Amino acid sequence: MSKFTRRRVLYTGFSTLALASLPISAFALTKERARALIDQVVSDINKVIKSGKPLNSMIADFERIFATYADVNIIARSTLGPDARRATNAQINAYTKAFRGYISRKYGKRFNEFVGGRIEVDSVQKVKSWYEVKSTVYLKGQAPFEVKFLVSDRSGKDLFFDMVIEGISLRLSERTEIGSMLDKRNGNIDALIADLRKMG
Amino acid sequence: MREPFDPNEATNRKIHKFNLGLDRAVVRPAGKGYVAIIPDDIETAVGRFAFNLSIPSAVVNNVLQGNMRGAIQDTARFVVNTTVGLGGIFDPATEMNMPKGTDADFGQTLYVWGVPEGPYIELPVLGPATHRRAVGKVVDVFTNPITYLLEAPLSYLGTATALAARLGDRGRYAKTIDSILYESADGYAQARSLYYQNRRFKLGNGTNDAYSDPYSDPYNDPDGVLIYE
Repeated sequence: MSKFTRRRVLYTGFSTLALASLPISAFALTKERARALIDQVVSDINKVIKSGKPLNSMIADFERIFATYADVNIIARSTLGPDARRATNAQINAYTKAFRGYISRKYGKRFNEFVGGRIEVDSVQKVKSWYEVKSTVYLKGQAPFEVKFLVSDRSGKDLFFDMVIEGISLRLSERTEIGSMLDKRNGNIDALIADLRKMG
Repeated sequence: MREPFDPNEATNRKIHKFNLGLDRAVVRPAGKGYVAIIPDDIETAVGRFAFNLSIPSAVVNNVLQGNMRGAIQDTARFVVNTTVGLGGIFDPATEMNMPKGTDADFGQTLYVWGVPEGPYIELPVLGPATHRRAVGKVVDVFTNPITYLLEAPLSYLGTATALAARLGDRGRYAKTIDSILYESADGYAQARSLYYQNRRFKLGNGTNDAYSDPYSDPYNDPDGVLIYE
């Protein structure tokens, strides 16, 4: 039976092993823990907004926040979509790193517009296999708007895997963007990585 | 994998190109000029005034949708802001922690009635929509009771301030909008994706349950995971 190839057996073995080696706490993401994570993220972001540092160091701060509290691996991989299947491990690693920098520059440079504003965490709700932490962004001279953080512990750590602003998901929007970039480069992942390092 | 239903993509892309030209030549410079010339407080007042005038139309749609709670909340907001808020120039309703306006439109009413969404369409000047939403936009022009209560030229006040408010938004969010339209690898596809995501959010009254779990299949295409009707 082709179903029982060596590779499949190996995979199954590995995933069982990986599952067994997860810390017990990984099964216990609660409302409180999801909220604690986002409280931390929001407090870090508010500090950056208040700091009044020059833009470049704000971007560096944002990259640190993103790398610490977000599941960059899963976000990066899902923005590649099905193309991730044909990428080598080395390509995935290089892509993830380039993607992290790109996102940090692209969104971090907007921190200027946040000066004088603040974010407040409102509520937590369980949705499917994750928790949705709702927060409100208050900016000067603008109607407040909603930002949701989606938190999961499926990576083995409590991390957020998406940010949704008024229904618009960072992950889905970047999936469209990366898909278009890849099309423009005739599907060449290495070219995409090289360009991504400079973009954002 | 499900893609957005966009059978007329070639035509839509031509209209997108036209809209970009219009934006570059007229809307973007006008928006930037508007926010540069008009003081922030006035801009905010114009935006509030326009939104307040749109509330009666939202009330009509809430009733058509059987959403009596929304209809009552919107009516209360309209009454408070029209009186205490001096015709809607101020927003005491928000300061009193009254619920946000529902901003219900006829496209949403059609959704509640079970009318299928139809294909994606980019409208000249007005931008992204689905066929259902496009029909809704036409009907919305006629469902605001305010326009029947006032005589011309006062009856055009709502439309005029709504246009001014949109110009103000184009100017105020210039960086965000520019980055979508002009800096994206494919501005058409990006605008389409954002439209669907935000519209889902509105139709679900602030919930968007359309995202599946990236951990269950990280290699799945998230574009296909977002549920297009």
